[in-house]
Amino acid sequence: MSLELVVSNISKSYSSDAILNNCSFTFNSSGIYALMGPNGSGKSTFLRICALLETPDSGDISFYSEGKPVIKDISLMRRITLLLPKIGVFNTTVYKNVVYGLNIRNPQRNDITSRAENALDFVGMLQKKNQKALTLSSGETKRLGIARALVIEPEIFFLDEPTASVDQQNTEIIEEIIQKLKKEGRSTIVITTHDTAQAERLADKLLFIKHGQISGST
Amino acid sequence: MDSILEGFINAFSLIVQLDRELLNIILLSLEVSGSALVIASFLGVPAGSILGLNKFRGRGFVISLSNTFMGLPPVVVGLFVYLLLSRRGPIGFMALLYTPSAMITAQTILIFPILTSLCHSAVISVDPIIRQAAVTLGATPFQAALTVIKEARYGILSGVIAGLGRAMGEVGAILIVGGNIAGYTRVMTTTIALETDKGNFELALALGIILLIISLLINIGLHLIQRKGMVRTIR
Repeated sequence: MSLELVVSNISKSYSSDAILNNCSFTFNSSGIYALMGPNGSGKSTFLRICALLETPDSGDISFYSEGKPVIKDISLMRRITLLLPKIGVFNTTVYKNVVYGLNIRNPQRNDITSRAENALDFVGMLQKKNQKALTLSSGETKRLGIARALVIEPEIFFLDEPTASVDQQNTEIIEEIIQKLKKEGRSTIVITTHDTAQAERLADKLLFIKHGQISGST
Repeated sequence: MDSILEGFINAFSLIVQLDRELLNIILLSLEVSGSALVIASFLGVPAGSILGLNKFRGRGFVISLSNTFMGLPPVVVGLFVYLLLSRRGPIGFMALLYTPSAMITAQTILIFPILTSLCHSAVISVDPIIRQAAVTLGATPFQAALTVIKEARYGILSGVIAGLGRAMGEVGAILIVGGNIAGYTRVMTTTIALETDKGNFELALALGIILLIISLLINIGLHLIQRKGMVRTIR
């Protein structure tokens, strides 16, 4: 793992509801972390703060690469990604959705097509590359979201409820994809899930969020 | 009744024969309205996008103003542009009154609020998750904003077509600032008004039919765009 994430005493409230309360954790090894907790416990907020989509009210998020702190700018944001629970599919083809992350970095590079096709193949969606993305099923949409994230080769990949609202068959496919990612060992993967059995199947480390704090890990 | 029928027959004859005067009037109409549409689009689409994408002090007021100006009475715009361009007006020295440029200016002012408001509506109707998804994939704030605008493209295009429809059918403002000079500032709508006054229904009817056909084509275009854009971002 080349990117280390240190979460130090972060707190976050919406209106008067404290969601996170002096929450701290360090993600310092590759593999899969599963973050569990009941609805409203702050899992998604924690992930959004870690992915730099939101800022905490207090506390700090720091990234380190080979022991040195990394400045939180667009370069860092391009080394991490978050799969949102609602994917946010662009109204175009599956292929164009996948190449988005590459095109905004460098549209001139000549391996865009091969990388996009590899990512689509990885999630078993290559045959649907010319299909309109908005016509995909929920499960396929999640797999497209994963392909769209994988193509940019994130060093830390956050997945917020990757199998929520997904049928059993697609859940199994998504779990297989996550297992394959783990075997490749390219990224640190952090997923949130309600499903304890799923967390145990997938994760190297189980984390629990309770009363706004990560209360335990195994 | 006979005269109406005769008028229609003569009107169709003018259309079929591609009457030179008729053709010039149509071309000038398209030139004036097309130019106004291009200028208003260059101003209105960015203005509407900025309103839709950013939160700033006074934004609500600007949106209300823009919505109010969507219904600007053309004669009021005509009067305003006339005062602006008349010899004693602030830019009277440019001698633009009674020229196609004055007509383009008036139509631009008329359709700019329409484009701004409809573009704003199109941009705010894009699911906010699109912008977040773009950011999670590494987009800069500017790239994320462009992505949202791209997602709003069908709504924006509908706005542009609605603007063209308004410009093509407008008569009050261009009559005041264009002067309806034959062969120079006479367009379809002003010709219809003039020829009807003169009792010369053939040309008026011929232009009316063509205006209706153009309006129909615009609406078919609008319908097709709206249908294409109906697949909304639901995931």
